[in-house]
Amino acid sequence: MESHANTSISGNVPAVEVNDLTVAYHEKPVLWDIDLVVPQGVLMAVVGPNGAGKTTMMKSILGLIKAAAGDVRILGEPYDQVRRRVGYVPQRGSVDWDFPTTVLDVVMMGSYGSLGWFKRPGRQQREKASAALERVGMEKFAHRQISQLSGGQQQRVFLARALLQEAEVYFMDEPFQGVDATTERAIIAILKDLRKANKTVIVVHHDLQTVPEYFDWVTLLNVRRIASGPVEEVFTDENLRAAFGGKVGFLTKHGHDEHHDASHPVSPEANVPEAGS
Amino acid sequence: MNPLDIFTDYTLRTVSLGAALLGIVSGGLGSFALLRKQSLMGDAMSHAALPGIALAFLFTGSKAPLVLLLGAAIAGWLGTWFVMQVIRKTRVSQDSAMGIVLSVFFGLGLVLLTFIQKLPTASQAGLDKFLFGQAATLMEKDVITMAVLGLPALLLMGVFWKELKLLSFDREYGDTLGFAMQKMDLLLTAMLVVAIVIGLQTVGVVLMSAMVVAPAAAARQWTDRMGGMVVLASLFGAISGVSGAVLSATMENLPTGPTIVVVLSVVVFGSMIFAPRRGLLFNYVRSRRNSQRLQVRAVLEDLYMLSLQHAGEKRPHPVQTLRAMSWGHGGVERSLRELEERKWVTQLPGGWVLTTAGELQAQQHAGEEKS
Repeated sequence: MESHANTSISGNVPAVEVNDLTVAYHEKPVLWDIDLVVPQGVLMAVVGPNGAGKTTMMKSILGLIKAAAGDVRILGEPYDQVRRRVGYVPQRGSVDWDFPTTVLDVVMMGSYGSLGWFKRPGRQQREKASAALERVGMEKFAHRQISQLSGGQQQRVFLARALLQEAEVYFMDEPFQGVDATTERAIIAILKDLRKANKTVIVVHHDLQTVPEYFDWVTLLNVRRIASGPVEEVFTDENLRAAFGGKVGFLTKHGHDEHHDASHPVSPEANVPEAGS
Repeated sequence: MNPLDIFTDYTLRTVSLGAALLGIVSGGLGSFALLRKQSLMGDAMSHAALPGIALAFLFTGSKAPLVLLLGAAIAGWLGTWFVMQVIRKTRVSQDSAMGIVLSVFFGLGLVLLTFIQKLPTASQAGLDKFLFGQAATLMEKDVITMAVLGLPALLLMGVFWKELKLLSFDREYGDTLGFAMQKMDLLLTAMLVVAIVIGLQTVGVVLMSAMVVAPAAAARQWTDRMGGMVVLASLFGAISGVSGAVLSATMENLPTGPTIVVVLSVVVFGSMIFAPRRGLLFNYVRSRRNSQRLQVRAVLEDLYMLSLQHAGEKRPHPVQTLRAMSWGHGGVERSLRELEERKWVTQLPGGWVLTTAGELQAQQHAGEEKS
């Protein structure tokens, strides 16, 4: 609690600070010497080609993947000490949606952290979960079995679950991946709400077109950190080419001319779905 | 003996109590194994337990249930630990790792068992009941041992209910919330070892994994809630355990494990077929009904197309034409009769023709398909 008071006084503590983060799988580096400073109150996209280590970076910041080296601070503290102030939306494909449980029950998992060991969620948690479901437009689905949801609805359930954590820093892994228009709008509305409340949101994102529209901060990643900063400064053709190699046939700065860069060979890799990076 | 002696006969009562207890524990904990897609782990564990039983007897010379089960638990745990290490440290896949551990430990167990049987001491006889199970040998002290081990496992399941749900549904999320999922995993594995070990004397190492997997798989068919699944799996486990144990205890030369598994199979197949929503019968009826509805609609639309080709002229079309248009799918006549019942088509001497209402209906369908 003490640390909480500290940060609210000195509001310039970065939301996330990463130094020299290196991660390797079977001796092959997937993240190399990453430095990152994310100020509080920004919506940040993490973009990069498949296998660039976007998900890996997020997971190693959250301690889910062991880093070979490096130091991570969230709100100026080691992650372990500020867990309660950090929310997480995993890729929706990472769980079994045929699990025997209801939408409301999944959302209530967002309250488990504040409940601590042994204690079961009660009426208060149920009410909060209902409110979170309403925020994502899923209140009618509260008592549905989760296997009956569409992909977009699954995503909104995960979002509602994270909202229940009432965190200050949110990590979201590909929330826009393969969702319908309703869900996309719902996610954007939530992101804007969170920014208004001065929360920080870090989103692994794959759609370069929408980066300037949805986000104000961006990190370009390809094993190494290519660039990181405000979108208008950092999201340039040059940086994108550095991150994606010559593969980018869909750079955004030139409006709707999606294939202006046809002189560069478009690698087939650019269309391969991300394999657990 | 008569199975109904369960109410009066002391031995049968003991046997039933033991079988019910192990059914409840293994069914409940087996649900978590199933949800975590680790059903085969139970098989590896139970086979791995055999050398533990043999070694416990060799070292202590005792056949006290607690001693033998402790040996079984240690060996079962060791086997599981071995599987986990192989998965983590090598690139061998989980199923291969389990296959290796299962066969190596079980083979070792058989060798030790054969060795023990050749020993001159008379007291060794009876260890082979751990292969296929012998419910009739269950005594009060065995049941007490089972309760002492099994009830705490059930209690822990209740205490850590929400943590176990996190572990089973979304382990990484649980980690980010600050719950040590690795520790929960170890705890659940230990509980599963207990569930298996207490059934070894009754069901045997060869078939014990059925008591872990089958009740849970059957229960999943009937319910969409984790709580319901655990309760139902316990119930199925208890019913199968008791009926199998009583049948085998009252008949000569009927090993308990296989008998229980036969009863379990009935429960599982029944659940696969008859369960609402997930059952095969339900799905068959539903898809049958859907395809019938689609077929009726297709015939209506075919007639509509024909009428369009004849510019609204109310001309009958023979059933052969419609049959050709439906690509040889049967049931055209049945569909026509159903359409006739709804007064959307009528039969004229030269064949079938749409009524005005039928034409409207077909137009509506066409509109739906465009939008």
